[in-house]
Amino acid sequence: MASRIGKVTRRTLLVGAVAVAGGAAFGVWQIRRPLDNPLAPERGATLNPFLIIDGDGVTIITPRAEMGQGIHTTLAALVAEELDVAWEQVKSWHGPPSASYFNGALMHAALPVAEYAMTGWQTALAETLGRASRVLGLQVTGGSTSTVDAYERLRLAGAGAREALKAVAAERLGVEPAALSTADGHVIAPDGIRLPYADLAEAAATRPVPQPELRDPSQWRLLGRSLPRLDMVAKVTGTAEFATDIKLPGLKCAALRLCPHLGGGMEGFDPAPALAVAGVEEVIDLGDGVGVVARNTWAAMQGAAAVEVTWTPSPLPQDTDAMLARIAEAFEGRHNSRMRNDGDPEGALAGAAPLEVEYRVPFLHHSTMEPMSATAWLHDGQLELWCGNQAPRLHVDRAADAAGIDPADVTLHTTYMGGGFGRRAESDFTHYAAKLAAALPGTPIRLTYSREEDMAHGFFRPAAIARMRGAVADGRAVAFDAQVAAPSVSQQAIGRMTGRRMGGPDKGHVEGLFDQPYAIPNCRVRGYLADLDVPVGFWRAVGNSQNAFFHECFIDELAHAAGADPLAFRLRHIRERHAPSARVLEAVAEMSDWGNPPEGHAHGVAFTFSFGTPTAQVVELTDTGRGLKITRAWIACDPGRVLDPAIVRAQMESGLIYGLSAAVTGEITFAEAAVEQRNFPDYDALRMHTAPRITVRILEDTPHMGGVGEPGTPPAAPALANALHALTGTRARSLPLKHHAEFIV
Amino acid sequence: MTTLRVNGTEHETDAPGDTPLLWVLRDELGLTGTKYGCGVASCGACTVLLDGDAVRSCTLPLDAVAGAVTTIEGVGTPEALAPIQAAWARHQVAQCGYCQPGQILQAAALLRETPSPSDDQIDDAMAGNLCRCGTYPAIRAAIHDAARALSEA
Repeated sequence: MASRIGKVTRRTLLVGAVAVAGGAAFGVWQIRRPLDNPLAPERGATLNPFLIIDGDGVTIITPRAEMGQGIHTTLAALVAEELDVAWEQVKSWHGPPSASYFNGALMHAALPVAEYAMTGWQTALAETLGRASRVLGLQVTGGSTSTVDAYERLRLAGAGAREALKAVAAERLGVEPAALSTADGHVIAPDGIRLPYADLAEAAATRPVPQPELRDPSQWRLLGRSLPRLDMVAKVTGTAEFATDIKLPGLKCAALRLCPHLGGGMEGFDPAPALAVAGVEEVIDLGDGVGVVARNTWAAMQGAAAVEVTWTPSPLPQDTDAMLARIAEAFEGRHNSRMRNDGDPEGALAGAAPLEVEYRVPFLHHSTMEPMSATAWLHDGQLELWCGNQAPRLHVDRAADAAGIDPADVTLHTTYMGGGFGRRAESDFTHYAAKLAAALPGTPIRLTYSREEDMAHGFFRPAAIARMRGAVADGRAVAFDAQVAAPSVSQQAIGRMTGRRMGGPDKGHVEGLFDQPYAIPNCRVRGYLADLDVPVGFWRAVGNSQNAFFHECFIDELAHAAGADPLAFRLRHIRERHAPSARVLEAVAEMSDWGNPPEGHAHGVAFTFSFGTPTAQVVELTDTGRGLKITRAWIACDPGRVLDPAIVRAQMESGLIYGLSAAVTGEITFAEAAVEQRNFPDYDALRMHTAPRITVRILEDTPHMGGVGEPGTPPAAPALANALHALTGTRARSLPLKHHAEFIV
Repeated sequence: MTTLRVNGTEHETDAPGDTPLLWVLRDELGLTGTKYGCGVASCGACTVLLDGDAVRSCTLPLDAVAGAVTTIEGVGTPEALAPIQAAWARHQVAQCGYCQPGQILQAAALLRETPSPSDDQIDDAMAGNLCRCGTYPAIRAAIHDAARALSEA
């Protein structure tokens, strides 16, 4: 057993991140010592890194990026549940960047095993790795991990604070702590006297933190209920502050013009046409582009468009076809990973009449509603920075580097973000805002990318090619062999974040393919990394987004080859492997009345286990005569224990619509290594009239808690493609589907 | 100098007349509730009311603004939500929230013309307002709810 753990650990260190390998040297004491508390409130008291109590009430630190997924609400509820404060009294604050706010759940995903099949020792190993991410101070929002990570830690923060407050009250009242109760922000004595937390907090903050037992979920008052979101009122009144909304005295607005040929550079530029635009004040050389500073953003964008720049060409393959050819070349080299290799796939295929097909997906853009933006202000040697971001400490380092100052001299305010989906894990916008601020010391600079610059400088979901082979016998899949080639998101993104190259098998590259709970006796999944430096990044659900399309469309093809109903075929293989996964399929079959679509309509199904949450979807498609319309969708998911059902439902709907949008129209193409799409008219998404009516059912049978921000996305594209096949007989093996059929727009 | 009436208040601005209303509101007057999404009137994030009608402020030049402008700040406040905002809050519509000021003003214009809209009328009226979080089902529910609340008021 020991050698087995040792082996997996070494491999995991390679798989997970170079950062983990570096962290292993820190030793155990760093993992076990109490968290440093980065909070220093001007008034009131802080009992732990997650809590400030002052005369105005209780502020709960929710140190994850709020990009729409409702995370501030759920994190605050975890603390409030144990602390005994009324929900109306709770305020949340993102708080400062700090290693104390590490994300321990991120490392769960680094294990080279399928999550549904994790055994006890593997879960224990994941916990150990999670504590390693504490040592490294990985304060990251991503991978659908925030709630999983916070579930115990934040309840303990609330419970510990409650017990410390009770201990102070007990001393003052001369009674035993056990005689006291707590409710609505007060300690309540046996005689009914109520001591407000604010009166006790300062004394409580000086005590050692007790480690009380956590309450049984049956006693919960807040968790498990759909709470009013803490950000809702601000977001319906226009008072929610995004990085592009920051107001400061003397603030100037900025826009960018960067080299459109990705990987190319700038030879020189003439600022005169920009300076001729009314309102433009400065044109700044950024090395790889130009920044224009003006009295308002309009003038800045007009100026940026007017600068005459000589660009140098890109070393990348120049157009989409050449890039896909480069990706296909990866199949000729050695595979990077073979994360699944059960039975004898070659033997099984040789003895059958195999189905052999190729699938392709395009590059995709995140296209957040708020284009990239950041506000930066260099004054007195200090840089103050406002930005929406998914990794605060990384942005601090990046800003310090760009401004040529020490990271200790950077103050970061993490704002709400107008969509993230992985895009704001990157820090390019922080880099440019800090550079502009450093060029104009004393002047606050608010940088907003134009939609066109935002579109041109994405970190794309990579294009990918999958070569699938399979065979069926007696109504079952007997062989399944998948090879997938694409540029590596993990290697590129981790390289950008840590400055170090990640080696070893890339799990993210094949997630959604190798780790699905289908019992197929001869099953192999190999990943090939393409040598193609188009910027790629974490796009909602990451590898699962394309791999679920490959996997679930091919499973559909195998079902047809076997003469089986596609949903029954899936159940046949999943039931014996993972019961909660089978149950979401059964649920979605019942919800959609599978097998009986209304006249003129067709149903497609897909299933993906991702981020710990099995999710099944049925999509209904009809031909209106004016184009195809997605009329209905049903989702059944099982994230284990649910803390806020309305937020889970909203995330599932959101994930589905995000996935369907990409499936119908999403496509980034290149000419001269520059993105050809400019704006929403040529990179659109589903809208009110094209989005389906959606029904969601949430099950709670999975023993480990799963994520919800991403699992709604992967099954969407294959469910739709399978519905298209059911409706028209067209088997679409590439995306977007608008190239295969006319959809209503 | 151009005089602009926004949320019942007169403002003077010396911004050039070809400046889109969006940027006058956001950068010159500090009314940042109205959002920039595309600059080409294709996403609706910048929607405001002009004499009660929904317009895309990102393509409306300042010197073409003839009428009273209502932005999200003029609809209601956190302390006193307008009925349509209250409906949005009841249905917990917003996710990232960036497009919602535009969605709310577009819906307000719809309800003014069509106090009890059908699903098809909601589709027609809201088709120009993009939401990348996919809050459409919640928006639809909130519009129906706001219609009921307004008819009972």
